[in-house]
Amino acid sequence: MLTALLLFWPALAGLLVLLMKGEAAKKTAFGAAVIEFLIAVYAAVSFEPNAATQFEINQPWIQNAGISFHIGMDGISLLLVLLTAFLVPLIILSSFKHTYNNAGTFYALILFMQMGMIGSFVALDAFVFYFFWEVALIPIYFICGIWGGERRVPVTFKFFIYTIFGSLFMLVGFVYLYFQTPGTHTSDISAFYNLALSPENQSWVFWFIFLAFAIKMPVFPFHTWQPDTYTEAPTPGTMLLSGIMLKMGIYGVIRWLLPVVPAGVAQWADVVLVLAIIGIIYGAIIAIRQNDLKRLTAFSSISHVGLIAAGLFTLNMQGLQGAMIQMLSHGINVVGMFFLIDIIFRRTGTREIKALGGITQYAKFFTIAFMILLLGTVALPLTNGFVGEFLLLSGVFQYNYIMGAVAGLTIILGSVYLFRMFQRVMFGEANTTTAKFTDLTASELAVLIPLIILVFWIGLHPNTFLNISEPAVQNLLSIIKR
Amino acid sequence: MTSIILLSVFGIINLFLGFLKSNKILLPAVIIFLAIVFGVNFLDWNNPQSHFNNMLTIDNFAVAFSAVMVLSLALILPFSRSYINSGNPHLAEFYSILMFSLVGAIMMVSYENIIMLFLGIEILSIAMYVMAGSHKKELRSNEAALKYLLMGSFATGILLFGFALIYGASGSFNIAEIASFSSNTTATDLLPMMEIGVLLVLVGICFKIGAAPFHFWTPDVYEGTPTLFTTYMSTVVKTAGIAAFYKLVWAVFPGLNEFWYPTLVAITVLTLVIGNIGAAIQTSFKRMMAYSSIAHAGYLLIALTSFNDYSENAVLFYALSYTVATVAAFGVLKLVSDQREGETYEMFNGLGRTNPLLAFAMTVAMCSLASIPLTGGFFAKFFIFGSAIEAGAVWLVVVAILMSAVSIYYYFRVVMAMYMKEPVGEKVAVDGFAAFMLIFLSIFTFIMGIFPGWFNNWL
Repeated sequence: MLTALLLFWPALAGLLVLLMKGEAAKKTAFGAAVIEFLIAVYAAVSFEPNAATQFEINQPWIQNAGISFHIGMDGISLLLVLLTAFLVPLIILSSFKHTYNNAGTFYALILFMQMGMIGSFVALDAFVFYFFWEVALIPIYFICGIWGGERRVPVTFKFFIYTIFGSLFMLVGFVYLYFQTPGTHTSDISAFYNLALSPENQSWVFWFIFLAFAIKMPVFPFHTWQPDTYTEAPTPGTMLLSGIMLKMGIYGVIRWLLPVVPAGVAQWADVVLVLAIIGIIYGAIIAIRQNDLKRLTAFSSISHVGLIAAGLFTLNMQGLQGAMIQMLSHGINVVGMFFLIDIIFRRTGTREIKALGGITQYAKFFTIAFMILLLGTVALPLTNGFVGEFLLLSGVFQYNYIMGAVAGLTIILGSVYLFRMFQRVMFGEANTTTAKFTDLTASELAVLIPLIILVFWIGLHPNTFLNISEPAVQNLLSIIKR
Repeated sequence: MTSIILLSVFGIINLFLGFLKSNKILLPAVIIFLAIVFGVNFLDWNNPQSHFNNMLTIDNFAVAFSAVMVLSLALILPFSRSYINSGNPHLAEFYSILMFSLVGAIMMVSYENIIMLFLGIEILSIAMYVMAGSHKKELRSNEAALKYLLMGSFATGILLFGFALIYGASGSFNIAEIASFSSNTTATDLLPMMEIGVLLVLVGICFKIGAAPFHFWTPDVYEGTPTLFTTYMSTVVKTAGIAAFYKLVWAVFPGLNEFWYPTLVAITVLTLVIGNIGAAIQTSFKRMMAYSSIAHAGYLLIALTSFNDYSENAVLFYALSYTVATVAAFGVLKLVSDQREGETYEMFNGLGRTNPLLAFAMTVAMCSLASIPLTGGFFAKFFIFGSAIEAGAVWLVVVAILMSAVSIYYYFRVVMAMYMKEPVGEKVAVDGFAAFMLIFLSIFTFIMGIFPGWFNNWL
């Protein structure tokens, strides 16, 4: 019941917001998102820390086709639901300074998207998963296409076609698997886990399904839509895409790829790891050369996600748990970074690193917040990034030490581009654009403080979150390895 | 059977209503007639019967497809308001011709004798030639009618020649007897004759449903034909053609499977590729819809190539969802193009701001045609792909998937124009009935997308 509430509450609230205008829409959407977060927290509190799927609902949907509306949460799902429910209100709050045309539609779309994302995190039936996977895409298409920057139309178009293209292949994969289930066919997740296809078939099914996830994350070389889309999307859209939506790809790999076609994964893990590691290095190197703050963060996101992808395919406890915790950290850090960039853009009218400088002299709190989130992204010990990257790198190292060593470059390269950016933007002489840079306002602090608290919480006591997902990850590994 | 009689009678009554010279009562009258036919049609549900010395069989297949086609016409007609307002003196004739053509369409889905199939095709086609040229003073309409007539008669000739050869080989027009002949081909030396006949029939039918490489007439005819009748062509005519084709290949020629299967698969792939690529390079929305109808014929043909327990229902579901979405799309096109010049994508610019309802209905229709979840089009493709994968044709589905990705490009061009461009004109006036229909069509699309189980196990 709780899962259904989590799933449909944003949609209901979205319908209400759709009818509203201006400030009222903003505030109602924020209120609804906060209620959603409270429900998620309640779910987390009443969650038994074991591997079982909880708060399960299993209703027949398309009866004569064996497709049921099966949803529920285990530790892995719960963490991502928590992340979504935590970030959405902050994302809405972060946009309070903006006035968007048709605010009602804008915020309703955000809430609809939240439903899609939560739906794909809790789905336990392949077609329900696919359904919500696509449902999440439609709102972000309109968010980027209507409220985006100058080049929004072609960029959004590319993004949309690219992702749908991948998803359709996943659909074919799922339909194929569905027809392999014994008896009257079913698309339930347990039936998919018990399939045991021949390795040859798993080999191609792997790519059909993985393509969709690889595009969503995105893994090199499927990333070409990402920097443009992140740059052109309105900031809340960028935050939704980078903070939550790309986790749908990672989650998809964990839930719908690794345990479903383990033999396929075994055949292709090396290839994917190499691609992921290329992505890590490639993203970081390109990021060094960027002049636009949003683009820089976009490429740094490719780099960080590459490491998470690498961790997934090591198929060991460290790799997967690292991926779990790093998903949270990346979501928090990247949303924080994009928000800070948005603040800079709003005050100075530019995102160009070259045009900025000397902000520290004017904005103390801004500097502190920026520094903390930066250190979290760089993965300094005591911050959230460190826990995730450490676990992920040790996972990759266990898998293959050369790959581990190369992937480890991410920490060095990451500090190169991030500190270089920080220096140029924050230190040095102030110029006409940055002079009179006002410090953070109360509503901006309200967004940043929860993020900063979590940066330290995950950095100092990651077990709060690791313990939630650990039994589920263990259970998953036992399914993969059997 | 009752539905055929009723449609003919109502058609004639309607012609007499035309003498009243009051266009206002025609539309409600026709809608009521169609509602009666729709209801009466279901009296034959689960009550199979055959008529005229076994020349027509009314079974669930026939009833279901007849229902879809009658419904299509009832959904299309509310968009004919402009004819009523302009006091078009031929409105009664138009409505009657459409009702008569439905008789042909119903014969096409319930034939038991290929002569009846031929009659059905002709009744439908001749009505369509007339409708294509119904705007007598418009050059494009005349051109469309002439092209359609010339090409259509040519195809009819080929089809008839095919039937003659089949009759020559098997000695019968009855589909059961032809089936038993073709499944026992070792005992005869007339096989080549039969095969050539089958090939000619394939060509003829592919022409009628607009499958590549016999599609060349489609874009020109669709573009020139008045939008209201284009809608009818791309929904009812297509549904009837596909259902007839389905019955033909699997009831009549199952024994020759080896022979026609490769041909049909080749046609399917060609249709998918040409339809989708062709649609992607159009600048006119209406021409795009013409190519899109070719593409959807391709998806429907997939179900024909993969005959199994799933394909009948898949075709029915697809026909229904395609019809609903297409009617909505053409309906919006008609309303907009009546008041803004042209039929290009630019005409839709900024419609989201001036006419949110029209833009929303169009978006839902485009999502459904592009098979985005939450809409009926998603499950339509889903069931079609399911039946193909069950039959082992994964590669065919991959081709279809690649082409679906292309289709998103052209369907979303209009969505982008509506929501992401500046308005080009005034608010488009929409009459209440059309607005109600658009809302109904959108809701229906969502219902098909959320509760597909209600529609996918009729047959």
